[in-house]
Amino acid sequence: MKKLNDLEYLKLSKFKAFLYNLRLFFSSIPDWFGKLGLRIWALIKICVFAIRDELTDIGKTFVKGNWAVKLSFLIFGFGNLYYGQIMRGVLFLLFEITFIVYMFVIPEGGWHDLKIAHILQTGKNVGENSGMMVPDPNSKYGAEIWQDGDESTRVLLWALLALIFIVAFIYTWRMQVKQCRICMDITAQGKKIKSGKDDLKSLLDDQFHKMLLAPSLIGILAFTVLPTIFMMLIAFTNFDANHDGFKNLYSWVGFENFSNLGDVGQGGLGAAFGKVLSWNLIWAFFATFSNYFLGMMVAIMINKKGIKLKKFWRTVLVMTIAIPQFVSLLYVSKMFASDGIVGRLLLDWNFIPQSMLDARQWGLWDNPVTAKILLIVINIWIGIPYVMLMATGILMNIPADLYESARIDGASSVQQFTKITLPYMLFVTGPYLLTSFIGNLNNFNVIYLLSGGGPPNSSIGMVGGVEVGHTDLLITLMYKMTADSATSQYYMASVIGILMFLVVSVLSLIVYNIIPSTKNEEDFG
Amino acid sequence: MRNNKTNKQSLLGARASRNISNTIIYIVLVAITILWLFPFLGIVLESFEVGTKAMDSNLWPIKFGFDNYIRLFTETKFLKWFGNTAFMGVCTALLQTFFILSMSYTLSRLRFKGRKGLMNMMLILGMFPGFLTLILIKKVFHDLGLTEAMAPVGLIIVYCASSGMGYYVSKGFFDTISKSLDEAARVDGATRWQVFYKVIMPLSKPIIIYSILMGFMAPWGDFMMAKYLINANPDGMNVAVMMQTWLSKGLLNDNYTMFCAAAVMVAVPVTAVFLALQKYYVEGVTGGAVKG
Repeated sequence: MKKLNDLEYLKLSKFKAFLYNLRLFFSSIPDWFGKLGLRIWALIKICVFAIRDELTDIGKTFVKGNWAVKLSFLIFGFGNLYYGQIMRGVLFLLFEITFIVYMFVIPEGGWHDLKIAHILQTGKNVGENSGMMVPDPNSKYGAEIWQDGDESTRVLLWALLALIFIVAFIYTWRMQVKQCRICMDITAQGKKIKSGKDDLKSLLDDQFHKMLLAPSLIGILAFTVLPTIFMMLIAFTNFDANHDGFKNLYSWVGFENFSNLGDVGQGGLGAAFGKVLSWNLIWAFFATFSNYFLGMMVAIMINKKGIKLKKFWRTVLVMTIAIPQFVSLLYVSKMFASDGIVGRLLLDWNFIPQSMLDARQWGLWDNPVTAKILLIVINIWIGIPYVMLMATGILMNIPADLYESARIDGASSVQQFTKITLPYMLFVTGPYLLTSFIGNLNNFNVIYLLSGGGPPNSSIGMVGGVEVGHTDLLITLMYKMTADSATSQYYMASVIGILMFLVVSVLSLIVYNIIPSTKNEEDFG
Repeated sequence: MRNNKTNKQSLLGARASRNISNTIIYIVLVAITILWLFPFLGIVLESFEVGTKAMDSNLWPIKFGFDNYIRLFTETKFLKWFGNTAFMGVCTALLQTFFILSMSYTLSRLRFKGRKGLMNMMLILGMFPGFLTLILIKKVFHDLGLTEAMAPVGLIIVYCASSGMGYYVSKGFFDTISKSLDEAARVDGATRWQVFYKVIMPLSKPIIIYSILMGFMAPWGDFMMAKYLINANPDGMNVAVMMQTWLSKGLLNDNYTMFCAAAVMVAVPVTAVFLALQKYYVEGVTGGAVKG
């Protein structure tokens, strides 16, 4: 497509500029993939060169190094200890000992588990011996007792840890060899080597970021990175209630779980996912934008000149944020239940006959269409206060003289809104819209506490041991698939998780490329 | 003269139309107030009902009394559940603030190798549904004895361990503090630790209080993770999970009014804390939205 220069671009109206960005993005996709090959090639080249440089450097170190440096190729931190860097030397040595103990010394240690986990080898089990009933040696009547075998989950987890450990081991080995050589060079020049005290001091100064980041990074590594990799691997196994990894080992099934998604015929898994995903997207769209625009309206109304009691109106709305969400969600869901107060009131006012209430025909949650509408409406009730607060802050930042000059030029209040307020808001809150959209895609609380995913969708039936409902999101489906250990299908939950990641990342990629306000971080400061 | 008159007329017209539009706005705002407060009013009124009753169209109690509250504290372990949740709230507030502040401060004000890569990594990790990791964590915690009765401890770890990934709002705040402050202190010989502790922290009261508030509120509102780890063990319950079971189908009629009483007991202290600190919350929300 034709690229516009800056001047032509600025001439476009806001809407056309948006469309232009959108087209630009999509037309650049083929190009991007074309370049991807080149980029990968360049990356490989960089890696190869880097490895070559490292290897030659290591070789040189070995040839030129004295006996202490040479010995530190085997014993971590020996060089450091030799040159008087006690603290570093001890830490390196401790790391090596921990590694060896974890991998080889402990019974069924890291190395053993890495071997029997058969990571990604289709058809093989995770683990070797499953637990089984064996004759009880103490029993005279031939009774049997349970003998523990390998536990797949533990084996896979230890194997993953072993992999991470190996990477860390190679990195640390390289680091300490380099440091030993630097020590040697510095001593040869007759300079003083950094002591342990200097190291500790630098943690508060030059290396301060390491100290601040360490706790967070350890937490993220242990509780997000490791479980995420683990669960992604689970998508390639048959880990479910029958293959729980304890009584029956689970095994690697390759892409079987994903290829099941290709079944888009009647009652097929792919069709079910398509339906849930489309409602999930519709829900996120309406939940985000209805809140956004209505919340903005409320903020504008409260901020309008001449409206009194501004603080009171705001406090009323803020109060609804303060009350824990589950309380209001549960109560409101019961208000609209088939025998809830709304139904009773309508009955009292003769809007609906008693017979309908008795026959439970009235239940708003039992009808897919009303349930969906109700969810979006209640979500507006939940969401408006947040948007109102945010919009209030931003509205106050819009320069007042913009409105002044617009008024002098004869702009109506509608025009002022569409030409000044809305573009400004959209520009500033682009990132917020994206995060809120993603948040709504995964909005477990609102769906689960209000409708619980129901009413059941008979055209889908059972998927992954769960009855899929009309208002189920992927996240509630995932929860239901894993909540009950008697029917759980962890591999399905894992497949859904990967799908959700794909949806979110593609969306984010598009939005980040189109919205101008997300581009440069340093611009804000 | 005539010109003047038309001017006056149009002015009057403008005032009239403004009055009309203001009246409409007032009507809408009053309607909003009623709609938004109605459920809470209902909860409070129904909590004072004597005896159990099913839902009906009459919110006003037939007979006022504190029966539900008495039942709550004598017949159930409400105090324990409330204590569990409050304990989680306080611990999460402290730990989470520590993690978020250290992460956001580092990313905002220190420059080091791998900073961009780290931010991109966290962005991508954040795109995975957090619930997915819980499946493994539950298994491991189960083996370590951190689920069911000990679930509060396990939950605190789950809430806090990765909280560094939610650095965005607080980084936005640190980005707005002028860099020249750091430079001046560095020229005067301060170490980076001293800059952090003595220069920036005293300026960061709003964001610290915002983080504490968010951390404190999180366990009160969490349902998904709590239910998953607690597994219906009455000793490890938090209020949300317990109160949801009261409203399940078979138990609804017996427990509906008690649910309302429990809701009041939960909502009053949390709302009080929130309203007392709402200034900081508003600053965080507005700042965070703009900064992304």
